Amino acid sequence: MKFLVCISNVPDTTTKIAFTPDNKEFNKAGVQFVINPWDEYALTRAIELKEAAGSGTVTVLNVGEADTEPNIRKALAIGADDAIRVNAVPQDAYFVAEQIAAIAKDGAYDVILMGKESIDYNGFQVHGMVGEMLGIPTVAPAMKLDMSGNTATLEREIEGGKEIVTVNTPFVASCQQPMCEPRIPNMRGIMTARTKPLKVVPAVGEPARTTVAEFALPPKKQGVKLIPAETAGDLIKLLRNEAKVI
Amino acid sequence: MSVLVVVECADGEVKKSSLEVASYGAQVAAQLGTTATAIAVGEANEANLAKLGEQGITKVLYDAEPRLKDFVNNAYTKLIATAAEQEQAKIIVLANSNIGAAVGSRLSVRLKASLATNVVELPKTDNGQFLVRRGAFSGKAFSDVVLSGDRKIIAVKKNSTEARHDAGKTAEVTGFSAQLSDADFADAPTQVVMQDQAGGILLPEAERVVSGGRGMKGPENWGLIEDLAKALGAATACSKPVSDVDWRPHHEHVGQTGITISPNLYIACGISGAIQHLAGVNSSKVIVVINKDPEAPFFKAADYGIVGDVFDVLPKLTAAVKELN
Repeated sequence: MKFLVCISNVPDTTTKIAFTPDNKEFNKAGVQFVINPWDEYALTRAIELKEAAGSGTVTVLNVGEADTEPNIRKALAIGADDAIRVNAVPQDAYFVAEQIAAIAKDGAYDVILMGKESIDYNGFQVHGMVGEMLGIPTVAPAMKLDMSGNTATLEREIEGGKEIVTVNTPFVASCQQPMCEPRIPNMRGIMTARTKPLKVVPAVGEPARTTVAEFALPPKKQGVKLIPAETAGDLIKLLRNEAKVI
Repeated sequence: MSVLVVVECADGEVKKSSLEVASYGAQVAAQLGTTATAIAVGEANEANLAKLGEQGITKVLYDAEPRLKDFVNNAYTKLIATAAEQEQAKIIVLANSNIGAAVGSRLSVRLKASLATNVVELPKTDNGQFLVRRGAFSGKAFSDVVLSGDRKIIAVKKNSTEARHDAGKTAEVTGFSAQLSDADFADAPTQVVMQDQAGGILLPEAERVVSGGRGMKGPENWGLIEDLAKALGAATACSKPVSDVDWRPHHEHVGQTGITISPNLYIACGISGAIQHLAGVNSSKVIVVINKDPEAPFFKAADYGIVGDVFDVLPKLTAAVKELN
């Protein structure tokens, strides 16, 4: 079984978001970048399934410039066998999906996994685009993934419940909790990751279909109105008569 | 050309988020000087579909194929693509739901359309551009995105726009068939399992939410949260540490790596307000924070606050709501 795990490089979850003075770009100054937390589920699950089967490979794929390599190496340290970096700025979901589809097709991967969405762009789009480009099923978002031979059984989250879906390889799944407990690299993994192959390839395909014109931050709150705990019930009156939300 | 709106139904009812989407689509159609047609998916009821006229929809397409009751990605994609071709729709609007995102992303490739998800406002269509505002950085920011090309797909974030109700108006419901075959249902679910919802209110669609954090001290104390939620007609939620230790199921986790919600009212009980949690809730219209620590960072993001013990304050609030009703 050949697994392709797509990871994106995103600001750490504790990052306070700020933009350049013209609001055109995210201000990267002083920001720590991590593997997108949703993608960690995809990566760890692929490694677990490979280990359980006793054979197979896990290839990690990132669309990004050279500054993403520390996180690609981290994915290799966690247990991926090799990596591919498409050397390009990830312009939009469509552009990224084109890169993934091309590599998935070239390498004849059986299972293409990624996180539900990236925590920076929050597109929740790439999985479906890749599935459609390759003409294969997509299961998104998947909470559980088990493999038996070429058949996968997945739990897909729907609003208010879940669906059990069975698909044959090849397929795409976007992953979320509680699929697995994401692994962290151990010392041996970090040592071996240095010598694992990381191939850099150029981008392919058509240009992006969407462009960001500007970023904005949410409006600041006016300040909190405190109600004494002794007369907590007054809050309910304020919510009805002043805020008009109940 | 027209605007095509994808309306999700369950148990015969149009979902609340789809009423918002229908309103949104009708307003986009008005902006562009055209009409909005809806295509129904899921288990629909013709009388309820006709009521989409209240949201400004003129015509509703409905394929009564029984296998469309449950979500099937390929079949839904083909159904909507066929409707879009028939209606010559240049704009397709759907909910930013698990169904909407799964279908919208496939459709964008099939129909060669540009796609924006998580959209929070009506588009700006002046000076020849098509610009939409969408949530980014997991609720910490917005990005204004230009959609290029002839066709566009917009997935609208739940609770970000209000559904209009123009009482008495009806839409024409028309039978429609996308000629779906067995192959289109190859990825159909083998089983669908629904959760027991507290009071039947789904968290992603809820207008009011009562949420608990580690300050609740244990799952055995959640009755206090549930009592207030029940009195308010609210859904229940929790912070990440709470779902991490399995006090509550993960689908209740709101925050950067859980779900982001934007209810009218969010009441946080015993949650300190880490930046990752705030990201998931800061688009709520009114935020109430109850915490015994006056230095809890959440108070800075709140509209109303009570510095006090949740075990003392929550019963008082529940009693006050009951008194008011």
